[in-house]
Amino acid sequence: MRRLVTQLGYPLAGLVLIVAAWVLACWLGNLPTVVLPTPDKVLTAFIKRFDLLMSEGWVTLKETLYGFLLAVVIGIPLAVAIANSRPLNLMFYPLLIGLQSVPKVAVAPIILVWLGTGIESKLAIVWLVAFFPVIVDTTAGLRATPRELLELAHSLRATPMQIFLKVQFPAALPFVITGAKVAITLAVIGAVIGEFIGSSEGLGYLLLTATSQLDTPLAFAALLALSFMGVFVYLLVELAERLAAPWLPPSSQRH
Amino acid sequence: MAFGTIKNVRKVFSAGELLSRSREPVVALDDANFEFEQGQLVALLGPSGCGKTTLLRIIAGLIPKTSGSVVIGGREVTEPLGDYGFVFQSPSLMPWRTVIGNVLFPMEILRHSSRSARKRALELLELVGLSGFVTARPHQLSGGMQQRVALCRALIHQPKLLLMDEPFGALDELTRLEMNDLLLRIRRETGASVLFVTHSISEAVYLSDKVIVFSRRPARVAQEIAVGLPYPRSQQTRFTPDFTRAERIASEALGVLPANSETVMKVH
Repeated sequence: MRRLVTQLGYPLAGLVLIVAAWVLACWLGNLPTVVLPTPDKVLTAFIKRFDLLMSEGWVTLKETLYGFLLAVVIGIPLAVAIANSRPLNLMFYPLLIGLQSVPKVAVAPIILVWLGTGIESKLAIVWLVAFFPVIVDTTAGLRATPRELLELAHSLRATPMQIFLKVQFPAALPFVITGAKVAITLAVIGAVIGEFIGSSEGLGYLLLTATSQLDTPLAFAALLALSFMGVFVYLLVELAERLAAPWLPPSSQRH
Repeated sequence: MAFGTIKNVRKVFSAGELLSRSREPVVALDDANFEFEQGQLVALLGPSGCGKTTLLRIIAGLIPKTSGSVVIGGREVTEPLGDYGFVFQSPSLMPWRTVIGNVLFPMEILRHSSRSARKRALELLELVGLSGFVTARPHQLSGGMQQRVALCRALIHQPKLLLMDEPFGALDELTRLEMNDLLLRIRRETGASVLFVTHSISEAVYLSDKVIVFSRRPARVAQEIAVGLPYPRSQQTRFTPDFTRAERIASEALGVLPANSETVMKVH
């Protein structure tokens, strides 16, 4: 009971406080709806246009998840290659870090030119932003394998495959998951960037058209849907964490 | 011929090979020599960082030696032979495996997983008093309990030689004494030879048939001390004159006491 209060009560109280401040700002500032709609107007828009939000949200969700999976599926093997080969590491690791500092928003228009306005360009942008945390964290994790465990495996004449599967990878898994958690939140951002730059569907596109039509309540409703989606995909990764690494304490207890 | 022969072993780390930014090669071991028989427990005693651990890793075949020869059970060691048990200073358990999963790890690597391996793992865990923690995760155990699991892991594949690198150095004194007795009991029951690196004089004397005392780096064998105390030993053994005498000789060899300190004391 007490735990329920701390786990639900506090976030709820925080939410009430923020909504109250929001309402207060609308009243005191006497702001027109176009600038800042009151929460009830946003809620009405959210309910009235629910079908639209869901169908557009589905598009964005697909872009996010597919792009994210692509980042994981390509990122992990690349990290394994980089962590286990010194030449590959020397060749590509500094390059990767350098590329990481290029603002992805700046690259997005070029990708659009290459891949068009369909889902391909969105996947590429999502992949681009989600790929780095996956590869960097996985590489770090693979390199951080405790020396004693490697020596133990070597002393038993373990094969490289055994060492990778039974020692290195499980030891790196917490790092991989940390990378995936960062990647999934970035993936949502990547999908919206892609839709902003050039698209005819998705929540980002909806947000853009709603603001251009001065339908601010709908824009806020789209924003709300986006944040719901962000939380949802993050929870999906946490669920995967609990399944893949049950020995790790749940993240809520780590602080 | 002795079961294990370490002859003229020398190890020089080339510049930059160690993590330190040394510009010059580091001589870690300079001419190590000793022998031991099957079933003997030999303590390698010396100051911290003197190269004992390096020697242990060379004997394990984990790192190459610069020159000299290591022969164990009639085989020259140039790479891991696969039938040693290894216990490190830290328990080094795998957090993703249960206690029994950790103990069975060597069997999986050696592809000997079977029901009998599992049975043996359970017996070993019982021997070290961890029957109630078979499916626990390492983080649920205390440091001493974790080190006992590590001991079981080192013994599961019935190694002829057990290499221990300051295994009880991180434990508190009481746990350490308990672990010493446990090790002696295990040695009696398995008949394995043990090479035991330590920097504790009393631990070295209490456990072993023979103490090899190393000098400061570059390590050389300063003295070989045969400990004449009969097994089985108990904590009572620590308070016998023979024990004190062996400790005194080891202390002198390490340079903690001036040579012939016993006779000096008698004069006064």
